[in-house]
Amino acid sequence: MNYLKSSIGRKQLMGLTGLLWCGFVLSHMVGNMLIFMGPDAYNKYSHALITNPLLLLAEGALVVTLLVHIFYGLKLKFENQVARHTRYAMPTNGEKAARAHSKFMAFHGTLILVFIVYHLVTFKYGTHYVTNVDGVEMRDLHRLIIEVFQSPGYVAWYVLCLIGLGFHLSHGFYSAFASLGFYHPKYSAWLNQLGYVYAFVVAAGFISQPLYVFLFARAQ
Amino acid sequence: MGGTSQRNINLKLKVWRQKGANQQGHFEEYDAKGISTDASFLEMLDVVNQRLIKEGRDPISFDHDCREGICGSCSMVINGNPHGSERSTATCQLHMRKFNDGETVVIEPFRAKAFPVIKDLSVDRSALDQIIASGGYISVNTGNAPDANGLPVAKVDADQAFNAATCIGCGACVAACVNGSAMLFVGAKVAHLGLLPQGQPERNERVLAMMDKMQELGFGNCSNTGACAVSCPKDISFENIARMNREYAKASIKKRS
Repeated sequence: MNYLKSSIGRKQLMGLTGLLWCGFVLSHMVGNMLIFMGPDAYNKYSHALITNPLLLLAEGALVVTLLVHIFYGLKLKFENQVARHTRYAMPTNGEKAARAHSKFMAFHGTLILVFIVYHLVTFKYGTHYVTNVDGVEMRDLHRLIIEVFQSPGYVAWYVLCLIGLGFHLSHGFYSAFASLGFYHPKYSAWLNQLGYVYAFVVAAGFISQPLYVFLFARAQ
Repeated sequence: MGGTSQRNINLKLKVWRQKGANQQGHFEEYDAKGISTDASFLEMLDVVNQRLIKEGRDPISFDHDCREGICGSCSMVINGNPHGSERSTATCQLHMRKFNDGETVVIEPFRAKAFPVIKDLSVDRSALDQIIASGGYISVNTGNAPDANGLPVAKVDADQAFNAATCIGCGACVAACVNGSAMLFVGAKVAHLGLLPQGQPERNERVLAMMDKMQELGFGNCSNTGACAVSCPKDISFENIARMNREYAKASIKKRS
């Protein structure tokens, strides 16, 4: 059977693309922490990214890997639903239950997809304010962010989606390594804990940003 | 055996009844009265069936054979858990002292597309045999028996192969899996044979053939939930799935056609 049609091959693609996105969301969260440093630092950072010609390449890679992740994720999900079409009258419980959140990956995944589209429309393709930092004219993304996060509804939706992202990552990180064949009695328990820490740091870091803007930052 | 702790309990059973593979199934309630706490779960069902037979009713069908926890025949989901909620225990080794007097116990068949119901709690698990037939074997030379210690095997490999070899093929992993996947079963067989020198000639073809067969038979894909390993009456490690994942990738790369 063709590797890309095989059950394991497709899972390994899910894992590889997922890990690439794990790296992206972590760097995105860390970069966005500059929101705490004020408008100039934030705008200079976003300007450096926007004007870097390699950005297009990175964006292309992110879109392609995301589409692969979604395509195979849905395919596997549909196959799995056929393979287990009847549910038990009582849910599996106690010590025999599955890893928390592992059963809801398609659910969080869909939420995250909707979020990404909305997020891009709001920010990347949102209002193009212009500012001048140290004599350089650049996009005032900071102003847009401050404006958007004044809305409690938007902040609530944002926080909800990022909690979903945290759950998705908490299983996805560990699961990707398992799909790629990594398991060791000594290191896997540690890797599992690292996955939870990573998911918490990413989600909490992202959540802190809109909350900070909503509670403390005001448009000048 | 049993000591002086014996007492009798009464249970209410909610049992899945289904006349055949293509029939609609439903739950029926039965009283299991005066069940000894020293009885096994299957013996409790025997008592209920005896009464049903006496009353001229259709007894509950269920699979069983050795009743020693080694054949892998007994297969039912008790209160949502394959082989009941006790860890490392097959249904035949599950004792009634684990239940409380007056408790309602829900009993269902293993549910997966690849395991069609034959009748009531009895399901057709021959798909697992088909997976074995596709690659779960080794080639040996005929002739004189080789010297027992002629082939050196590292202790760590022998231990892991032995852990995998304790799989009794009951299918609890498939029943526990939210995706109806047989990855733990196949992983155990691939590890059992692939870790030992006798299994090397077919090592690559084996993992490809058995996995492809699993997929062809309608088992689902693994999502690493780990429910299989915790439901396994023989404690087959989840590690076997990860090992198979890397064996499969390696074999796919090495494949010459």
